[in-house]
This record gives sequence, structure tokens and C-alpha cells, in this order.
Amino acid sequence: MAQLINLEAIYVMWLREMKRFFRAKSRIAGSLAMPFFFLAFLGTGFMNVRFSGMPPGVNYIDFLAPGVIGMILLFASLTAGISVLWDREFGFLKEIMVTPVSRVSIVLGRILGGVSTALIQGILILLISLGMGSKIVGIFGVLSSLVFMVLISAGFVGLGIAIASRMKDIHGFSLIMNFVIMPIFLLSGALFPLEGLPTWLIALAYIDPLTYGVDGLRGCLIGISHFNLLVDFLVLLCFCIVMVGIGAYLFEKTEVD
Amino acid sequence: MADAIEINGLTKVFDGLVAVDHVSINIAEGELFGLLGPNGAGKTTLIKMLATLLMPTSGTAKVSRYDVTKDPDKVRRCIGIIFQDPSLDNRLTGKENLDFHARMYGMDGELRKERMSEVLDLVELKDKANVLVENYSGGMKRRLEIARGLMHHPEVLFLDEPTLGLDPQTRRHIWEYIRNLNKKEDITIILTTHYIEEADYLCDRVAIIDYGKIVALDAPKNLKYSIGVDIISLEISNSADNFVAMLGKLKWIKKMKEHDGFLDLSVKNGETRIPELMNIAQKAGVVVQSVSLRKPTLEDVFLHYVGKTIREEETSVKDQVRERMRRRWHN
Repeated sequence: MAQLINLEAIYVMWLREMKRFFRAKSRIAGSLAMPFFFLAFLGTGFMNVRFSGMPPGVNYIDFLAPGVIGMILLFASLTAGISVLWDREFGFLKEIMVTPVSRVSIVLGRILGGVSTALIQGILILLISLGMGSKIVGIFGVLSSLVFMVLISAGFVGLGIAIASRMKDIHGFSLIMNFVIMPIFLLSGALFPLEGLPTWLIALAYIDPLTYGVDGLRGCLIGISHFNLLVDFLVLLCFCIVMVGIGAYLFEKTEVD
Repeated sequence: MADAIEINGLTKVFDGLVAVDHVSINIAEGELFGLLGPNGAGKTTLIKMLATLLMPTSGTAKVSRYDVTKDPDKVRRCIGIIFQDPSLDNRLTGKENLDFHARMYGMDGELRKERMSEVLDLVELKDKANVLVENYSGGMKRRLEIARGLMHHPEVLFLDEPTLGLDPQTRRHIWEYIRNLNKKEDITIILTTHYIEEADYLCDRVAIIDYGKIVALDAPKNLKYSIGVDIISLEISNSADNFVAMLGKLKWIKKMKEHDGFLDLSVKNGETRIPELMNIAQKAGVVVQSVSLRKPTLEDVFLHYVGKTIREEETSVKDQVRERMRRRWHN
């Protein structure tokens, strides 16, 4: 009987993700570039704009920084989950799937790897935003923001795995970029406050899990949030559990041809 | 002895295309079994079902007494597989690929090191072990995959076209190693191949598979015997039309084939027919420059059961692949 939780296998799946991540230096630079430009150009460009619903006394760059961290977490973790597709394309998925390791352990290892790489990128963006003059409320805020970062990443790695398990090849990848990642990002309130938006947009924002992620990060880092932090935490936790479950379930069912 | 593999009416249908069609085979423990057929015959699909990578459409299969659909985890524990298509992580080094594999199979540090060095020696990749696989040549990648598949000494080992694209010397090496594994370690081995000589040289029994069906199954020696003919090859220098017409009337000639100045005749008890053939040739005014008689090879067996040589099938499959690639690029 294969153990359901095989720590050695989880470790080696994680190790592989880390090695691949650190060897792809140009990819890291590429994925950090977009959030950096958002911070630098959007942050500066909208510096003097007053959004309706923007809490008084908050700079746009302070408001934007948690949103951009949410953005890189979303991009990085979904890409990590979807990397199952690249493994399928390059054949390595066969090697993984034929080993006597439970699918649950494989998925856990992949999520751990994805969360780690997303977290590194999220922290890098946090540091960059601090360097650009964004203010945070304190060290406890930073630590609690890490909890949110982990939940956001784990949930979206799970979603990525679920999507990748249902796809046969990489041809649908740009479809996902445009129809999954962009709406989730733009509706999350990463770029503008949710207060004072039309009802239909609010409704969409409320079903977007990243809304609670960005809101939680904002609560931790600048001390201002739309929802209660506990609400953010619980919604994200549920999202995370459900996504990891669905991802693991669909991955279990996947065939390799 | 118990059977290592029991296959019963196994079928796989892809979008209405029957890739494997009601295959039933029993393979004994310790057997070296070959699936011989052209590319696209269904060998790989069959192997992937046995290796739990594909779910059968219908029928059952047991590997090491475990059902592949009900107990896939137990089956995976007992098997090893070397895939036909690349299955390495190009961003890892050769050694890291092996290490990944060893850890996934739960080998401890000591054993991991020992096996790694053993298999790297075998495929002569020791000095390239710390190079990223993306810098390997095609042959090196293939060798690394073979090394990896052998690392955990499975009960049942599937080899999908193990020597595809290898140079003859490496191929010989691999053959000897496969033999040794089978005989000394008592590993049941199922290999697919479209190299006739590989099946002939290595396998205890061979199943010829075509369009997803088993068309013949026996020891290579018996298969050759079963078609019951010798091949007489006549080298002819001038026009043979008249001669061919005369031979066409003879009932004891089962098959006739002309190619590049040679005339191949399938005949029972070939030795006794040669004098008669010489007489006819003289009457027809044909100059026979040489005569050779040979016992049937597995190639002839294949021709007999499938109706084409394996190479003829090959080209048509290649065209199909090319066609598919073209479609892919245009999408």
C-alpha cells in the first residue's frame, strides 16, 4: 500500500521546483518586471489621483503595493500549477505518474514547490515596494502578511493544477492567461478601491478569491482593509482547501498518453 | 509458476479509433516477452495500460497479481518502465534525474549512490552525470532513461522501444544488460520493438501485433517453423518474364517476389527443389548467376502474418506523423 503522505516524495518534488526556479534566472527577472513597472509607473502616474472610496491619508503607492504583491502571487502560483502541462509536453509527467507515490503526495509536493517560488517572488516585490517608498505598519504586519501570501499561493497553485489536469496540451495556455488570470487580477481591487464601484462590479469582485487576498495583505501591511481581516482569512482558507482538493482530485484522474 | 501478467480482452478506444483490440495474453514470471509490430500498432498503448498510465476502455489486466484499474498503486510499486518518448527533466542534470527517481521509489542514501553509479557505468554517462540534460545529445538522453528505468530493480520491467535510435554498439550493450537482468535478477521483461533482430535475439516469446490485434504469438523459433517455408533466392541476369510465368504455374511455390535482379521464392523443403528450379530456368533460357537458400527469419514471419514487411508499414506511419506535425504547426 502506497503511503498517502510520502514525505520523501513531497521533498523531492519540492526540491525539483526549487532547482528549476533558481536555474531560470531570466524567467525570474521577467516575472518580476511587470509588477515592478506597475509599481513604478502606475504608482507614480496615479500619485495625485483621488479614487472615490480611497481611505483618507493613504498614498496610492501604499495602496497599490499589496495589490501588486497579490498580482505576482497570482501569476507565479497559477503558472507553477499549470507547469503540469509543461511536464506533460516534455514527457516528465509520465515519469512522475508511474512511480509508486500517491497522487496526493505528488500534488502536495508540487503545491509546496509552487508556494515557495511564489512566496520568494512576493517577498521580493514587497522589498522592492519598500525601496520605492511604500510604507508598512510594522514587523507584525509583515509576518501576518506571509500567512496570506501562503494561502493565496496554495489556492492558485491548486487551481492551476486543476486546470492543467483537464487540458491535453499547452495550446490553451494563452486562453487561460486572458480569461482566468486577467479577470481575477483586475477584479480583485488590486489597482483601485472597491468602495463606490457599481453593484455588478462589486458582485464580481466579491466572488473573486484574490479580492480577499489583496484585502488581507492590505490589512496586514498598511492597516486598512475593506473586510474584517478574519473574514479575509477564512474565505481564503476555504478557497485554499477547496482548490487543493479539486486539484488533487482532478490530477488523480489524469491520464498520460 | 504464477503468471506475472494476465491480460484478458484488454481494449482501448481513442475517439472511436481502436488502438488495442481485445488483447489476451498471459506472461509467465521471469519471461522475456516481446511485442513486435510497426509504430502505431498499439504496442505503446498496451504497455501504458499495463503501467497504469492509461485506463482500459474494457477488459482486465493484472500485473504481479494486482489489477491495474483497482490497485494501481500496488502495480506501480512492482513495475519499472522505460518510455519510448523523452521523459527526462531537461533542467536537471543527469544525476539529479536519477536522484529524483530513486527518492520517488523510496531508496535510501546508500542504495541510491550505489545504484546510481552502477547504472551510470552501464550506459557510460559517468563523466556527463553533472551536466544539464538539455545539453545531452539524443542518444545520451536515451541512455540516461534506460539507466533510470533499471535503477530500482522492479519485478516487471516494461521497455518501450529500448534501443530506438541508438548506435549498434550501445544497442548490443543494452541487449546484454537486459538479458542479464532477466536471467540473473529474475525480472520479467516485456519489451516492444519494431526491430525484428531485437525481438529475435532477446525474447523467449514474441507476439506480433498489428492494428491493435495479436496476430501471432510464440517463441521466435516456433514462429519461424510455423510458416513452414524456406526462402530460395535466385540471382538472375536477363529478362525473367517467361521464367516467372512458368514458375507461376507450380503449386509448390507459395509466394514469389522480384526485387533488384533477385527472385525470392517461398518453398517447403527448399533443398530438394533447387535442381528442379535449375531445369526450369534452363528451359526458359534464363541465366541464374547464384542461388541461395535460407531458413525463414522473423521478418518473413512478420511478412507472412501482417502481409507487409515492417519497413513498408514504417514509411506509412512516418507519413502520418509528418501529417500530424504539419496540422499542429498550422493550428
